[in-house]
Amino acid sequence: MGKDFVHPYIPNSVPKIKQEMLDFIGAKDADELYTEMIPERLLLKREMQLPEPLLSEQELKRHVAGILSKNKTTEEYISFLGGGCWQHYVPKVCEVIQSRSEFLTAYAGGAYSDHGRFQANFEFQSLICELLGMEVSGLPTYDWGAAAGNSVRMASRITGRNEILVPRNASLARLSILKNFCGSVDPKGEIKITLVDYEPETGRVDLNDLESKLCENIAGVYFENPNYLGVIESEGAKISELAHSVGAESIVGVDPISLGVLASPAEYGADIACGEAQPLGVSMYAGGGSCGFIASRDEERYVAEYPLRLLSLAPTNVEGEFGFGQALYSRTSYMAREKAKDWVGTTTVLWGITATVYMSLLGPQGMKELGETVLEKSHYTAAALNELSGVEVPYSGFFKEFPVRFTRPVKEVNEKLLGHKIFGGNDLSKDFPELGKSALYCVTEMHSLDMIEKLETALREVVA
Amino acid sequence: MNPREYHAPRWSEPIIHELSTSGERGFIPPTSEKKIKEKIGSGASLIPEGMRRKTKPDLPELSQAQVLRHYLRLSQMTLGMEMEIDLGVGTCTMKYSPKINEELAGLIKDVHPLQPEETLQGILEIAYEFGNKYLREISGMDAFTFQPPGGSVGCYNNALIMRKYHADRGEPHRDEIITTIFSHPCDAATPATAGYKVITLYPDPETGLPDTEALKEAVGPKTAGCFITNPEDIGIFNRNIDEWTGIIHDAGGLCSYDQANANAIMGVTRAREAGFDMLFFNLHKTFSSPHGSSGPGSAGVGVVKELEEYLPVPVIVKKDGAYMLDYDRPKSIGKVRDFMGNLQVVLRCYAWCMAMGAKGLREAAEVSMINNQYLMEKVKKIKGVTLTYPSRRLDQARWSLEQMKQDTGVGIGDVNKRVIDYGVQSFFTSHHPWLIPEPFTPEPAETYSKADIDYWCSVLEKVSEEAYSDPELVKSAPHNSSIHKIDWDGFNDPDRWAMSWRAYRRKHK
Repeated sequence: MGKDFVHPYIPNSVPKIKQEMLDFIGAKDADELYTEMIPERLLLKREMQLPEPLLSEQELKRHVAGILSKNKTTEEYISFLGGGCWQHYVPKVCEVIQSRSEFLTAYAGGAYSDHGRFQANFEFQSLICELLGMEVSGLPTYDWGAAAGNSVRMASRITGRNEILVPRNASLARLSILKNFCGSVDPKGEIKITLVDYEPETGRVDLNDLESKLCENIAGVYFENPNYLGVIESEGAKISELAHSVGAESIVGVDPISLGVLASPAEYGADIACGEAQPLGVSMYAGGGSCGFIASRDEERYVAEYPLRLLSLAPTNVEGEFGFGQALYSRTSYMAREKAKDWVGTTTVLWGITATVYMSLLGPQGMKELGETVLEKSHYTAAALNELSGVEVPYSGFFKEFPVRFTRPVKEVNEKLLGHKIFGGNDLSKDFPELGKSALYCVTEMHSLDMIEKLETALREVVA
Repeated sequence: MNPREYHAPRWSEPIIHELSTSGERGFIPPTSEKKIKEKIGSGASLIPEGMRRKTKPDLPELSQAQVLRHYLRLSQMTLGMEMEIDLGVGTCTMKYSPKINEELAGLIKDVHPLQPEETLQGILEIAYEFGNKYLREISGMDAFTFQPPGGSVGCYNNALIMRKYHADRGEPHRDEIITTIFSHPCDAATPATAGYKVITLYPDPETGLPDTEALKEAVGPKTAGCFITNPEDIGIFNRNIDEWTGIIHDAGGLCSYDQANANAIMGVTRAREAGFDMLFFNLHKTFSSPHGSSGPGSAGVGVVKELEEYLPVPVIVKKDGAYMLDYDRPKSIGKVRDFMGNLQVVLRCYAWCMAMGAKGLREAAEVSMINNQYLMEKVKKIKGVTLTYPSRRLDQARWSLEQMKQDTGVGIGDVNKRVIDYGVQSFFTSHHPWLIPEPFTPEPAETYSKADIDYWCSVLEKVSEEAYSDPELVKSAPHNSSIHKIDWDGFNDPDRWAMSWRAYRRKHK
């Protein structure tokens, strides 16, 4: 780039314009201005050593697309991976809306200038509440793990207690995030996490172990439904009841795409619900599609403890017209800094809009039908695999994921499946050694019978 | 220059539930194949009895075109950055994100994060090289992670590293961190979430410069470290920043640099020479990824060699020309987010930097800085607008409308509702507390042309004239907006607030 080079992203790189501006300011050049603000000793007095730029769009596109072509995708391979990021169909309308310049590039505008964004966010809260059976939700947070972390901290503040129970059939990645949220430099501020066993024969929470660990110190019981091993916690109501019996909160993490067919967390006693909205029309983006949410009953003691931005509907001075604004905004770190409820920041609001479009497109009937198809296909696959020698599916009563146990090491099975252009399930052998040589398989509406049969055929060969 | 006439789209669009017609639908999911149905039966029977949904969720029922129309209308009633001159939204670096990068980001949309490493080589290469080529050179740090999915999580990540570092060294009693009042709120709130006591330093009231003497008094045996934004959110660069990190280090603390807004200093000054141990960039700001109505964004966290072992897992490493995910890091803080973060954001930023090169990045920094000097020369001539501290500002400046408010009764809240009548986004009103009264903080990134800046200033000038000649006109704004004046009284009232349609119906219908 010579002195006279004009960059298409920098209008005022035009030398004549820049000179006019410098003249207006009364400065010789940028260096003179920098020297006035930054001490000499801190200035980088050399050009940065960086790769040569690709100035034309076509060269840039070729270069980046060339690197990315080294990836394989779930379009080229048949994938049975889940475990917190799931392959579901993304309706075209979702992509059209999330690509709109207005939503894609908005940020911190006001309740008037960004009225449409505020309404879309309010509708996210409204529709996710319908699925969960709750009355309050906020703007989305980062992912399920962050949602769980905030939910547990809310429960601790609400109850004034510093211990939570978490079953061992929850995601270990989320547990790691949760541990960070619960830790504290201040020993008095630390939330102790006590793990509860799950029944090895069903994959569900061990109610006896749960009951034995419940006491008056427990702020909340956090469990997932379906849990990380894919199994539906059929005793959800009992778990909530046990939590409530010692004055603890029942906190449930859910995959909302199951909620067209599964009971809502509110129906089995959840006080706080959280989870992951990525399945609702957001692409996987190598894990970049995560979008957490939190919801609860509409009581002040809950609302006051949210870290999130909470949009409330409000009337305007024109009869019948709505506007939106922030409820109890003084809770947030934007207002209260270190005295805030945890913190709030730039999260995943675009994915929240996508999920809103998804829920609107599917409606109650679509959510029900989709849930049924997922159940049928996943159970069919499990049954088919269970018939193979050297393969066992230990659990029933799951939604879309289930562990598959092999006689051979999962690493070896998956390497061979890769040769058949199949991504086998995620290896559980290290995180859940008690399950043996197991992998977590995920089957959704994306899997045609043909794909499932390809897996069957390949596995027959691989485990033989 | 006279501001142009503008009127926001006004669709009077109902809440989507009000548009529902029983029986309509917008989408049909696939049904299972006959063979599956025959073997398995109906899906509903596969759910344990007590967990079946008894009543369908009350989601709206609309046909596809009606859903599309509704959200298109809502999008039109949103003044996104690409629609206007968005430089009033300061501390946010509302720069242009090249459209080609959207297409490139789409190339990983069907990639699963748990795929075998050999099938992720493209995206791992991009993330690794972006950290180790670009951010390393721009910051001087040694090792990077993109797992934190936003700037605040980057800051939180660094608080967790600080917590683990001191615990590992047998100094868990170090429970105080130091920040400044003009550092971003996350520099106070995220260490507080990690359990730290927060000491906030105030600037010299004359110059606005961070007060080194106050720092010397604040440090001690309980100091765990500092979290400092520089340039601060009011645009002033702390000239003594290397002395500050020296003072913290002498007390046994670590230094975390908030470089969320590094736009005017890329290639100019670096965290390494300023003495920091770790930093975070907000990639969606300085390195150009669309802000998405508030995310997904990404932090780019960098640390010095000595802290590398604390980074969250997995860390992307390069071995024998291949990129791998390293989970075997015993001292790691664990995870702050599932998987590897928002890699589609990292990918856009890599593409942006490739399109800029070293000279282009430096040019973007210089032009954004010059843009701000130019804007400041114009804004300071506008009646009722004052600058609280005299120091020259880098990328942005925090202005005050206190004078205007005293003279006319019109403050920032009113001005913010009036500027949108001229097609300009409401200004970022600045985080609290409002040490500088009636504040606003414009940030004219390199995206904006001289003509754009002139236009934006003409709007502020026009509204100032209106405030002095006809304050009611400004106070009763907006006049050309999508909606009319909102009744703000209910937002703190449990009987009136409604965070969902079902809550609204219960309370108000």
